[in-house]
Amino acid sequence: MSLAMDTSNENLVADIARAQERRSRSWRTKFLVTWAVIVVALVAFILVTVNVDSVFLQKWIPFILAGIPVTLFLAVTSIFFATILAALGALGRLSRNPYLNGIASFYVSFFRGTPLLLQILFIFLALPQAGIVLPAVPTAIVALSLNYGSYMTEVFRSGIEAVPHGQTEAAESLGMTSRTTFRRIVAPQAFRIVTPAVGNDFVAMIKDSSLASVVGVQEILWRAQTAGRPTFQSMQTLLVAAFIYWVLTIIFSLFQGRLEKRMATGDRTQRRAQ
Amino acid sequence: MTVQHVISPAEVPGHLVKPGAEPIVKATAIEKHFDDHHVLRGCSMTVFPGETVTILGRSGSGKSTFLRCLNFLEEPTAGVVDIAGVVVEAQPLRRRDRAGQARIRQLRLHAGMVFQEFNLFPHLSVIGNLVEAPIHVKGMNKRDATERAEINLVKVGLIEKRDEYPSRLSGGQRQRVAIARALTMEPDVLLFDEPTSALDPSLVGEVLKVMESLAHEGRTMIIVTHEMAFAREAADRVYFMDEGLFAEIGPPEQVISNPQDERTRTFLSRFLQGSSA
Repeated sequence: MSLAMDTSNENLVADIARAQERRSRSWRTKFLVTWAVIVVALVAFILVTVNVDSVFLQKWIPFILAGIPVTLFLAVTSIFFATILAALGALGRLSRNPYLNGIASFYVSFFRGTPLLLQILFIFLALPQAGIVLPAVPTAIVALSLNYGSYMTEVFRSGIEAVPHGQTEAAESLGMTSRTTFRRIVAPQAFRIVTPAVGNDFVAMIKDSSLASVVGVQEILWRAQTAGRPTFQSMQTLLVAAFIYWVLTIIFSLFQGRLEKRMATGDRTQRRAQ
Repeated sequence: MTVQHVISPAEVPGHLVKPGAEPIVKATAIEKHFDDHHVLRGCSMTVFPGETVTILGRSGSGKSTFLRCLNFLEEPTAGVVDIAGVVVEAQPLRRRDRAGQARIRQLRLHAGMVFQEFNLFPHLSVIGNLVEAPIHVKGMNKRDATERAEINLVKVGLIEKRDEYPSRLSGGQRQRVAIARALTMEPDVLLFDEPTSALDPSLVGEVLKVMESLAHEGRTMIIVTHEMAFAREAADRVYFMDEGLFAEIGPPEQVISNPQDERTRTFLSRFLQGSSA
């Protein structure tokens, strides 16, 4: 580009910038209007079709909201155990040991190959026949952890494999044992690679924890169903539940986005200001 | 069964070496098969302390494989490597037991390696890259390791990049950090695997300058390279590899300027034509 731009050129550049600004503003307006129209249509539909009983809602919304800590407790506890299972599973899947590898790959295959709902019901309803009786909340945590652990095993495995082989070679050429190489060189890099996926899984877990309602865990969905069913007002209560889940996932997605940005800059730029 | 290591007349110590010195590297009859491809067909090398040795040859002739066999990043199919008295035999059939693996690590402590692709640890700062192995392999305390690392950063001229992350360095700077990282383990020999091949031509010079200064310092180095001018200037001896064999060994003035072997001549003439010399 030439350094000396004449004034007409400068005007052109400014005009282009303004035109682009106009275009992107009009795009955003249309985008927001679309959302607004959908929301208004939905609200109108509800107001027209159901008789919104504000006394009923006032009574039951706090009851449903009280499910939030239960849902979050399920999701946080389960993602914690799922992460541990996935780390072990990934090590197993990458192991040269045929027994460990066999166990890990069976675990992944079985728990990915069967429905989560079935797993919950199996633990709650079938295991007692074998003398193993778990209360509802532990049932949900065990099932969610095992199921998500199997999915995350594959995520962790591919994360570890995504660390270039040259890293291992460099570490080993410096005399590191394979254990030190994994702990100090490969794992920290793999951790960064899988963090976004774990965040995604956590958001998905918040929603899938609703399956725990079938065994009577008093989380958001269970409470919504319980509140709405007796008086046939499930439309209201389920919409409230849906709204709560929606808000929760939005909040955690935002949180996750910020975390990802932090992780990404960690190795690309200096942490302290220049 | 061990093969006797024989020093060929062409491997008589270079001018830096005191008479009567013992070799620091003895690689004997190294062979390597990749499936049915016979990459190395019995390569032997003797390097004396303080020597700079370069390995030249066409791409695919087995130079890098040979170098990687020296520190067992590649398991040779046959042969013996002796670096600073640590002797490791090829063991292609069985996985090594604990003691065998420990011996390879011992050998690697004597042989630092610099890679074509640098392979710096991206999650660690420059200083972190340098002190990682001294702390976690040698068990040094952080202060001593840092002190030693800083000396080597000064040596490669990058002390001001101490706290930078590798991704913010140029290719030439990364490779210089990689050299400093290898130096910080204080190895007896440095192995360079085409250290300038991944670099932008304008950045090759700074890396070669560091390597030259190491050669003058009396470091023992084995360098796989395509930099003919560097080999001629800095090397005490040149090994020319062709199809998995060292076709010609000798001082650079002989191998590069006045090659005896037909294959060396063909390679050099093609190379010199290609580089418009």
